[in-house]
Amino acid sequence: MSLTRTPAKRLYDIAHARAGDKGNRLNIAVIPYDDEDYPLLCTQLTEARVLACFVHRGATKVTRYELANLPALNFVIDDVLEGGVNGSLGLDGHGKSLSFLLLSLSVMETL
Amino acid sequence: MTKKTIHIGCGAGFSGDRVDAAIAVVADLKNRTGPCYLIFETLAERTLAAAQRQRQSDPDAGHAPNLLKFLRPVLADCKAAGIRIISNFGATNPRGAAEKIARLAHQEGLTDLRIAIVEGDDLIGVMSEEELRRLPALEGLTAAAGAMLAANVYLGGAPIAQALAAGADVVVTGRCADPALVVGPAMYEFNLAADDLTALATATCAGHLVECGSQVTGGYFADPGLKDVAGLDQVGFPIAELSSDNSLVITKAAGTGGVVDRRTVKEQLLYEIHDPAAYLTPDVTLDLMQVSVSDAGADRVQVLGARGHPAPATLKATLSYDGGFLAEGELSYVGPNARARAELAITILRDRLAASGVSQPARFDLIGTISMFDGNAGDLQASGNWPVDGEYRIRGAFRTMDRAQADAFSDEITALYCCGPAGGGGLRTQVSPQIQTSSALVPRAKVAVNVSFLDA
Repeated sequence: MSLTRTPAKRLYDIAHARAGDKGNRLNIAVIPYDDEDYPLLCTQLTEARVLACFVHRGATKVTRYELANLPALNFVIDDVLEGGVNGSLGLDGHGKSLSFLLLSLSVMETL
Repeated sequence: MTKKTIHIGCGAGFSGDRVDAAIAVVADLKNRTGPCYLIFETLAERTLAAAQRQRQSDPDAGHAPNLLKFLRPVLADCKAAGIRIISNFGATNPRGAAEKIARLAHQEGLTDLRIAIVEGDDLIGVMSEEELRRLPALEGLTAAAGAMLAANVYLGGAPIAQALAAGADVVVTGRCADPALVVGPAMYEFNLAADDLTALATATCAGHLVECGSQVTGGYFADPGLKDVAGLDQVGFPIAELSSDNSLVITKAAGTGGVVDRRTVKEQLLYEIHDPAAYLTPDVTLDLMQVSVSDAGADRVQVLGARGHPAPATLKATLSYDGGFLAEGELSYVGPNARARAELAITILRDRLAASGVSQPARFDLIGTISMFDGNAGDLQASGNWPVDGEYRIRGAFRTMDRAQADAFSDEITALYCCGPAGGGGLRTQVSPQIQTSSALVPRAKVAVNVSFLDA
């Protein structure tokens, strides 16, 4: 694999996502538009990187599940909802909008 | 064995869903051969506690408020066509819901509608509050301090199957696992046993895909330019074609808007899923790791490969508590230097709150910037490089168990009209009662399910 890199693009341009909540925990499924981009998502979207994206909201842990058949990645993010619909003071206690925060990440294509 | 296919349409994915959505689903189901069902999923976690509150003030209430709006347009057609209706719209009062449906049936001239009631999910009275509070907690939620309002266990598909076997035209449940609305008819039609794990898993997968209504048919999906969806004003609700050979096709009502494709199905397949290898339900542990989706024609997607493992030994219950009050208020600042005026308004509120000696945290947002992505601490707001001019709507939010304190907070936002920065307008405030929930594990032996009939 060469180390030639093209300019960064947004995750949003190559994948779509949906968020769902359970208590103070959020899951975000990330699905590539083109199946061929799945390995790139696996390389770029590490648990650490996703955690960094949500740490300002109190997230403590990210678990990544790989569904190679679909293909898709499922991220489970702990303690990210400020208490969730139970306790959040925010407008979006369910965290429904947060799929688009993850999609704002840049992804570097390695050719 | 000949392959048998059952057709299960969904008419609502939550209690606030469109009340006319089921009409097109029923029109489609009427043209199909084979057993047909219509489900309505109207019971979110806190909906139950809210329903319990309503029932405390009105003994006839406590079920899905839109029950009759959902059913009136389709009940007579369903009865005539043999389409059986299954729903958890009983909420905290399945019997009261059944009685309302019976009155509707009478108005519609239906004299022989058989309405089944599934009870036993309500644990209040079955277990003491102390016993309930001691149950092992799930998902890291801690039990709340407020008074317990409701405790309901998620029932599975078996009582629904039992009601169908006994001839129900309509099955009304309270809390049950959402996919059970589909697992129930599958158990009945395919005569499934508890160890038919692949069939139970496939039915659970079907139920999971359709129970949120339009979320699998183009709702909650559209993003102009990238994910365009035509006809969302008339979005078609889903129909699952579930077969005895464990094949499954997801499609939607004919002649409607929306779309069913691999993308919509993938998004919904993982919706609210944590470990995709172990989605726990009362009937089976669903394993999605080998699931694949493929196109099977226009607005038709085939879903294969759901696997099942034995159901968990315990059942999940939702415990609901009085959560006090949430006070909120909003006010807008627009035009030159609007951001600075909005930030000044927030500073004033923070100073007033500090001087009042209240210890609970409050949150202040600048709507139109980063309110949705930010945390309670406002890190993004503090670091943001936002324009000075524009349209800024401040929002304050505060939780407390004390109603007077909640009112005092919203009064502070109201007072900004005169005492705050220049040009503030568009004031809205509200104080709303809150419900807190936690999840717990209940031994199956504690749960006694009862299926009975209310004949119209």
